[in-house]
Amino acid sequence: MTDLSRSEGRILSNRYRTVQLSESKTVKDGVRMVKDKIEVRNLNLWFADRHILQDLSLSIKSNSVTAIMGPSGCGKTTFIRALNRMNKIIEGSRTTGEVFLDGVNIYSEKINVFELRKRVGMVHQKPNPFPKSIFDNAAYGLRIHNMANGKKLEKDVEQALREAALWDEVKDRLKESALSLSGGQQQRLCIARALAVKPEVILFDEPCSALDPAATAKIEDLIQRLKENYTVVIVTHNLQQAARVSDFVAFLYLGRLIEYGRTKDIFINPKNELTERYITGKFG
Amino acid sequence: MRRIKEKIIEKILLFSATSSILIVFFIIAFMFAEGWSAINLDFIFGLIWHPKTNEFGILPIIVSTIIVGVGAVLIALVIGIPCAIFLAEFAPNWVRNIIKPSVEMLVGIPSIVLGFFGLMLIVPFIRDNLGGRGECILAGWIILSIMTLPHVISISEDAIRAVPNSYREASLTLGATKWQTVRNITLPNAKSGILASLILGMGNAVGETMAVYMVIGNPNIPWIPTSILDSVRVLTSTIVMEYGYMEWGSPHQHALFAIGVVLFILVAIINLMARYAIKRGMIGR
Repeated sequence: MTDLSRSEGRILSNRYRTVQLSESKTVKDGVRMVKDKIEVRNLNLWFADRHILQDLSLSIKSNSVTAIMGPSGCGKTTFIRALNRMNKIIEGSRTTGEVFLDGVNIYSEKINVFELRKRVGMVHQKPNPFPKSIFDNAAYGLRIHNMANGKKLEKDVEQALREAALWDEVKDRLKESALSLSGGQQQRLCIARALAVKPEVILFDEPCSALDPAATAKIEDLIQRLKENYTVVIVTHNLQQAARVSDFVAFLYLGRLIEYGRTKDIFINPKNELTERYITGKFG
Repeated sequence: MRRIKEKIIEKILLFSATSSILIVFFIIAFMFAEGWSAINLDFIFGLIWHPKTNEFGILPIIVSTIIVGVGAVLIALVIGIPCAIFLAEFAPNWVRNIIKPSVEMLVGIPSIVLGFFGLMLIVPFIRDNLGGRGECILAGWIILSIMTLPHVISISEDAIRAVPNSYREASLTLGATKWQTVRNITLPNAKSGILASLILGMGNAVGETMAVYMVIGNPNIPWIPTSILDSVRVLTSTIVMEYGYMEWGSPHQHALFAIGVVLFILVAIINLMARYAIKRGMIGR
């Protein structure tokens, strides 16, 4: 048996657990570099005695958009919250396994969790700007980490707002409350706030579920552009959205990774019956 | 038949509701009727309170009342706010389940018991270690702060907990530490609730009678205090110590009622301020 067929055999037999992607060095589907940014190995997570994530393993490519999809309650959000260790703040949670960020296990004791969260930013489901001014929102992380002040702070805030495609809409009203913005603008402000501290990975937790179609289109557009400089992981239960924005798709069901691969492959030719039923809308 | 029953029940409920308002109204009306005639500038700003010569100036008493109330609230602030922050943000559940009921039990201690405790322990301690009579402003502060503490802690804790969790999450995911989050996000958003707890505590302290009466000395001729070891009189303690020998219908009686009116207005203003603080906090959110 050749190496290739052996690995294919493994994919077939282990399709309920680990699915490995073949490494490709070629430029394909707009993915420039295909390098593992995050590697998850045998990740398990419990809340009290509920086993939420069961033996998850997958690797997330650098400078790509990876969509995590699956029916509600399958552990999507919990999974991305494991990538910046935000599950740790919930009482009674327990994690085993490893998550490597650039080859370093973020669950090892030496890791400074505050530095980690600076490198792995997050945008939440509902826009949650602080009840402060627009400027103070974007500057929050920079101030917390003492990254900039004075003129440099203003410049960095402007850059973050530009990157989040919000600058032109708010440049004359930076002192106004962030709560005066529309829902879509608030969400882009939250993205700017996350971008300001110059993270490497950005996690999106259903970022459009509270937004109207026009605002959604803007955010999706933005996510597409962000992968130039960042690695993006997005949770979504919207199949069209996953198809539109992502390069890779992971399908989770009841805390297990069912299938993982290039978005095109998964949507056109799912290997697993569950995936097929999900993307054809038979359940979900 | 059923409609008549409905109507009767409705009327009974209406009667209960109005009667409670009427009771309050009658008390206020009676107090004002009895005391209003004694209230004038000499009464409010007069420096000498001497019933035997019909001199009724309550400025020293008002000043003492405010000093005692503010001081007690400041002590409650220094102890209570950190405690509320700890309970709301840092304490694991089991610790909270011990501390919170214990703090709330403080409310249940009758004020006379606290006063007696103050008289037996705090007053001698101050007399022996700091000098003076021992019955003084400082003793009043300590006893009153113990009494206001549970209110300050429980209302501030509620205010801190009411800050939406999404704010905390947002701050933590940006890499802020817990304390940075508390200082920059949680506390500024709970500010008005915390302020309200302090103002309400102030209202409690100003209106409190028995415990404070037992530990602050109550000199026969009140003066404006110059030291926290001075004996003073507050509005409530003045009524308590003099209603026993006042003559009905005398200017003395009207003056005591007038003190009641002043006290009522003072507490009403304080409560209105607290209400305003709470309302402003709601709009801010």
